[in-house]
Amino acid sequence: MSGPSTYNPQSGLERWIDARLPLPRLLHDTVHTFPTPRNLNIWYTFGGILAFCLGVQIITGITLAMHYVANANLAFNSVETIMRDVNYGWLIRYIHANGASMFFLAVYIHMFRGLYYGSYKAPRELLWIIGVLIYLLMMATAFFGYVLPWGQMSFWGATVITNLFSAIPVVGNHIATWLWGDFAVGDATLNRFFSLHYLLPFIIAGVVVLHIWALHVPGNNNPLGIDVKSPQDTVPFHPYYTVKDAFYLVLFVIFFAGFVFYSPDFFGNPDNYQPANPLVTPPEIVPEWYLLPFYAMLRSIPNKLLGVIVMGGAIVTLVFIPWLDTSRVRSCRFRPLMKQFFWGLVVCCVLLGYCGAQSVDAVKFGIPMVWVARIASIYYFAFFWLIMPIIGLIETPKKLPASIAQSVLGDKAGAPAE
Amino acid sequence: MRLTKLSLGIALGLLTSVSAFAAEGGATKRLHPKAAEFEFEGPFGTYDRGALQRGYQVYKEVCAACHSANLLSFRNLAEPGGPGFTEAQARALATAAKIPAEPNDKGETTDDKGAPLMRSATLADRFPSPYPNENAARASNSGALPPDLSLIVKAREGEAHYIYSLLTGFHEKAPAGFKVTEGKYFNPYFEGWNITMPPPLTENGVTYSDGTKATIDQQAHDVVTFLAWAAEPKMEERKRMGFGVMVFLIVLAGLLFAAYRKVWKDAH
Ligand code: HEC
Ligand code: HEM
Repeated sequence: MSGPSTYNPQSGLERWIDARLPLPRLLHDTVHTFPTPRNLNIWYTFGGILAFCLGVQIITGITLAMHYVANANLAFNSVETIMRDVNYGWLIRYIHANGASMFFLAVYIHMFRGLYYGSYKAPRELLWIIGVLIYLLMMATAFFGYVLPWGQMSFWGATVITNLFSAIPVVGNHIATWLWGDFAVGDATLNRFFSLHYLLPFIIAGVVVLHIWALHVPGNNNPLGIDVKSPQDTVPFHPYYTVKDAFYLVLFVIFFAGFVFYSPDFFGNPDNYQPANPLVTPPEIVPEWYLLPFYAMLRSIPNKLLGVIVMGGAIVTLVFIPWLDTSRVRSCRFRPLMKQFFWGLVVCCVLLGYCGAQSVDAVKFGIPMVWVARIASIYYFAFFWLIMPIIGLIETPKKLPASIAQSVLGDKAGAPAE
Repeated sequence: MRLTKLSLGIALGLLTSVSAFAAEGGATKRLHPKAAEFEFEGPFGTYDRGALQRGYQVYKEVCAACHSANLLSFRNLAEPGGPGFTEAQARALATAAKIPAEPNDKGETTDDKGAPLMRSATLADRFPSPYPNENAARASNSGALPPDLSLIVKAREGEAHYIYSLLTGFHEKAPAGFKVTEGKYFNPYFEGWNITMPPPLTENGVTYSDGTKATIDQQAHDVVTFLAWAAEPKMEERKRMGFGVMVFLIVLAGLLFAAYRKVWKDAH
C-alpha cells in the first residue's frame, strides 16, 4: 500500500489496467511482495484470523437477515424458524453466534500481543488507535446483535446497558429515551438496533482498511521489537506468511467448529431461549463473556455515574498507551520488569471477567467478589497510568540483538547492511 | 460461561446437596441436577427413536394438559432426525388432534351454542395449546403459568438433567422446618423448592404400546428425550455434519502444515 512498488505488469492488458486503475498493483504490493519480518510467531497470525472472522460474520449475518424479522412480536420466533425450517439455518446461526465469541477471543489475543511486543510505540501509534476504534465498534456491533434474538437476556441486557446513559446528569434521561425511540426498550429499539447491527460491520470493514494501510507504512513490528534494517530481515509476504497464516487459521477454524458443531450454546445464556418479557426480570442479568470485565468494573463502584465513567475510562485509556509507555525498548522480551506487570494485567482482566459473571454480592472462598473486582480495576488503571510510565524510566532492558536476521539465522546471516 | 458455571455448579452442588437440607428455612437454592444418562449426549449421541415416540406419548397424554409446545408442528414428527413416525402415522396423530377452526363461510368462529368451532389438525398445523390465552392458563393453575415446552431444555441451566431431576424429584421429603406453601408442592430441584406444578408423572400413568415398563424414571427419561429433540430438532444433522467438517479440516491442516514446513525450510 505504500513504499516503492515492485509490481511489474507483464501483459498488455495488465499495463492497460495499471495506467488507469492500479488495483492489481495495490494487491500485488500488499499481499504478495510486502516485505515482512522473518521472525513473526503464532501470535502474529491473529490479524489474518480477525479478517476471516469479520468476513464470516458479514456473510452469515447477511444470510440471517434474509429470514430474520425485526419486530418485537416476531423476532424470537423468526430466529427459531431459522433454526428449524430454513435449510442449514441452524448452521448459519450457530456460526454467527459463536463467531462473535471467536472474533472477540481473537481480538483480545491480538491486543495483548500488541501490548506485549510494544506494537503501539512509534511509529505505530495511529495503527494502535485505529485498532482501539475497531474494538469499540465491535463491542457496539455485538451488543446490538445480542439484542436481536429478543430473548430474556437480549431484552434485559439492552435495558441495563441503555439505562447507563441515564446516569449522565441533567440530559441522561433524555438520551436514554432518544436511544430507545420510546419510553422503554421496545419495538422501536429493536428496529434501530437491527439497522445499526447491519451497518456497523461495514464501517468496521472500512476502518480495517485504514488499519492495514497504517500497518503497511511502517511495516510489521515483530517479537524482538527491533526495526527491520536490511532486506535479510524480511521475507516476502507470499508464500511465507500466506502459508503460515493459512495453517494457523485452519487450526483456529477447527477450534471454532468444535463449538459450532459440538457445543453450540456454550457461550450462550439459557435465559435467551425464553422470549423477552418486560414483566419478568431474570434473577441475574449478565452480558456476553467478552463484555464481562467492563461490567465488573461498572458494578464494583457503588455510584452509577462514577461506574460509567470508570468503564468508559478503561477503554479511553487504551488510546493513550503510546504516550504512557516511556521505554525505549518495544518488546517485553527485553523488559524483565515490565513482563511481570504485563502478566499481572492479563490475570486482572481474567479476574474481572470472572467477577462480572457472578452476582454482585457473591462471596467465593470467603472473599467478596466485588472487592476482587475493585482491586483488579485499580490495577488495570495503575498499570497504564503509573506502572507503564515509571517502569519505562527505571528499568534496565536486556541487550537487544543486532538484527532480526542475526537473531533468527545466527551465523548464517551476514552483518546487517549499515 | 456455561462451563465455568457448570464446573462451579458441580462443586457447589455437591456442597449444597449436603448442606442444603441441613440449612434452616432461608437457604432454598435448588439442588444440583441428578447425573442421568441420555443417548443423545456426547459427540456421536443420537436420539433413541423408541424414547422419542414414547416421550411424545407422555407429552401428549400428560404434559399437554397444561403445557403448550407451539414451535412444533405435526409434520416435525415425521421429519428426519426426529421420532421417526411415518408420514401416515404423523397424519393420523394430527387428525386425532382438534384445534380451533378458521372462520367458516358465514364468518362464524363459534357454533349455535357459542362453543368455538373446532377442526382436525393437519401435518402443517402446530401442536394444539391447552389454553386459549395466558390468563386462562394461570386461572387453571393457581396463578402460575405452565411455560411453553418447545425450548424448555435449552432454556434452563442444567438442560436435560435439570428437567429430568425436576420430574423425578417430587417424592423427596421436605426437610424439617421447611414450609411447603399452600397449593404448592415440594421439589428440591426447583429454585425456591415450592413448585405449583403437581407431580405430573405416576407409576404406569401411561401405557406404552412397545411393552416398556412405564416407571416414573422411564417416563421422565422418555419425555426429556422428546423435549430435547423439540428444543433442537437438527441435533443429529449438526453432529453428523460436524464429523465430516472436522475430518476435512484436520486433513487440510495436515496438508498446510507440510506446505508450511516446505516453504520455510531455508528461511529459519
Ligand atoms: C396440572 C398441570 C400440569 C401438568 C400436567 C404438567 N405441568 Fe409442568 N408445570 C405446570 C405449572 C403450573 C408450572 C409452573 C410452575 C411454577 O412456576 O411454579 C409448570 C412448570 C413446568 C416446568 C418448568 C420448571 C421451571 O424450571 O420453571 C417444566 C420443565 C415442566 N413443567 C414440565 C412438565 C412436563 C415434562 C410435564 C409432563 C410430564 C408437565 N410439566 C406436566 C403445570 C403442569
Ligand atoms: C462485526 C461483525 C458482527 C458481530 C460481532 C455480530 C454479532 C452478533 C451477535 C452476538 C448476535 C446474537 C447471536 C445470538 O445469540 O443469536 C448477532 C445476531 C444477528 N446478526 Fe450479527 N454480528 C456481526 C455482523 C452481522 C452482519 C454484517 C449482519 C448482516 C446484516 C448481521 C445480522 C445479524 C442478524 C440478522 C442477527 C439475528 C439472528 C440471531 O440472533 O441469530 N450480523 N450478531
